[in-house]
Amino acid sequence: MNEPGGRAGYALRRVAQAVPVVFAIVVLNFGLLHLAPGDAVDVLAGEAGSATPEYMRQLRDRFGLEQPFAVRLALYVKNVLTFDLGFSFRHNMPVVQLILARTGPTLLLMGATLVVSVTAGIAFGLVAASRVHGWRDTLISILALVGYATPLFWVGLMLIVVFSLRLGWFPTSGMETIGAFHEGWRRVVDIAHHLVLPVATLSLFYVALYTRLMRAAMLEQVGMDYVTTARAKGLPEGRITLTHVLRNAVLPVVTMAGVQVGSLLGGTVVVESVYAWPGLGLLAFQALFARDLNLIMGILFLSTCLVIVVNLAVDLVYTLLDPRIHLA
Amino acid sequence: MTRFWRRFVRNRQAGLGAVILAMFVVLAVTAPLVFPGSAFRSVDRPFLPPLSERVLGTDQLGRDVAAGIAHGARTSLSIGVLATALALLLGTLVGGCAGYYGGWLDDALMRATEFVQTIPTFLFAIVLVAILTPSVKSIVIAIALVSWPPVARLVRGEFLSLRSREFVLACVCLGMEDRRIIVRHILPNCLSPIIVTGSLMVATAILIESALSFLGLGDPNTMSWGFMIGGGRTFLRQAWWLCAIPGVAILLTVLAINLLGDGLNDALNPRLVGAAGR
Repeated sequence: MNEPGGRAGYALRRVAQAVPVVFAIVVLNFGLLHLAPGDAVDVLAGEAGSATPEYMRQLRDRFGLEQPFAVRLALYVKNVLTFDLGFSFRHNMPVVQLILARTGPTLLLMGATLVVSVTAGIAFGLVAASRVHGWRDTLISILALVGYATPLFWVGLMLIVVFSLRLGWFPTSGMETIGAFHEGWRRVVDIAHHLVLPVATLSLFYVALYTRLMRAAMLEQVGMDYVTTARAKGLPEGRITLTHVLRNAVLPVVTMAGVQVGSLLGGTVVVESVYAWPGLGLLAFQALFARDLNLIMGILFLSTCLVIVVNLAVDLVYTLLDPRIHLA
Repeated sequence: MTRFWRRFVRNRQAGLGAVILAMFVVLAVTAPLVFPGSAFRSVDRPFLPPLSERVLGTDQLGRDVAAGIAHGARTSLSIGVLATALALLLGTLVGGCAGYYGGWLDDALMRATEFVQTIPTFLFAIVLVAILTPSVKSIVIAIALVSWPPVARLVRGEFLSLRSREFVLACVCLGMEDRRIIVRHILPNCLSPIIVTGSLMVATAILIESALSFLGLGDPNTMSWGFMIGGGRTFLRQAWWLCAIPGVAILLTVLAINLLGDGLNDALNPRLVGAAGR
């Protein structure tokens, strides 16, 4: 089952499965618009505050608000599926263009967080499990409990107080030094410098989560027969842990990391609005303030699509990590 | 001996959680007596530091921070409990029907559950509150609507395994109504994992509520911890404690509920590790 054709076929099947899900999101968005007081156009244009009567009439036409329900739904689906998510008056830009421009920074933030939290979680879990109930294990478990219970936005503000305002080590907000116009490597370093605090903030919860998971997985694997076999044939303990146990224990962490992508996206809303990181989350926050519902719905739609894509990618990575998994 | 020791330590953790939570519950219940009137009222000069004339100081508009913490405890705890209750009801209904009846109904309901789980939770909650206009009611509904899927999956699993047991088959043979079998006979048997999941969900609900009100989506007429942090944010440089104090309150409450939930988990179902995929 591991020949390339099998994997491509599997990917295709999964994409086909995703189609009804995307369709369902469009219908859900349509339903949400109808939940709001007033008709869809009042919501889309009126709440943004600055729509002209001509635009309202144009919108009513485009959504076919005088048409029967089924026609309206069909029109809406057609608009969304042709990536026509409407126009944001606040930003004076089509919603799709606005969202695409902000996707890069969010992906950067999410990617860095994913790498940091999975690596740190695996490392801490490994250390904690290597001597159960030792002082390191106790310390790590307590930190994980606290990390689990801390609101992200609050951690962000407190890190700003300590590391930006008091110590002055990191900038308080933004993605680049404004007006510096760095290029090449200097720009990369500048962005990395701005990235440290947001990633630390967003990682905290997930480090706690993956540490707990990794510790449990390690303890579960240690009791397995193959470990006894490895020990019986005289392998050193370090090698057993690193090459045999670790590989198996990492699997649940990878699964969880995939499952958590949606929640990670939610976390970026809070973290980006704390650090003014110019991504989708900050856009959503600004849209909230401007009551620009159309823009928020667009963000919801495209982020859900993003989650579907990432889930698919994680499943594919999973088949690479664990050859026993059949591409069913 | 080690097992006993571990249990003892665990129980001590749950006990600590219970004590902290009890303190916040007392604070919430007595808030209108100790701090009568609205928590939005300004009572003193602005920016008084903590441990001065006012125990926790005053904020940028001269509002008493201690009063805000007490009234905020009411908001957080009640929204946490109400949203969880609604989510448990919804999740049990969906999961119970799916697990009991099986077939196409199970398929359809589980597809719907997976679908909701695909949508980024917090963004979905934001959209729901923004559309329903911010109020305690809409926040409770939004949190419940985004957090029922794990409950549905859990309940479905329990129902599936109980559905074919002898006592259920006996009920069917006696000609009992489906509703009676579900409510009186199957549900009581899967109550303990539901209780454990529910207790941990209260903590998550409080975190979501605080993030919503931090972003300005809280009920404008109700004091909440997230709102206090959001308001103090602009004054981080002069008065960092305006953000720090409500954050510690959230942290302690959520930590206490998690400790208690873990303790309940150990006590009620020793075999179930890490309920609800948290």
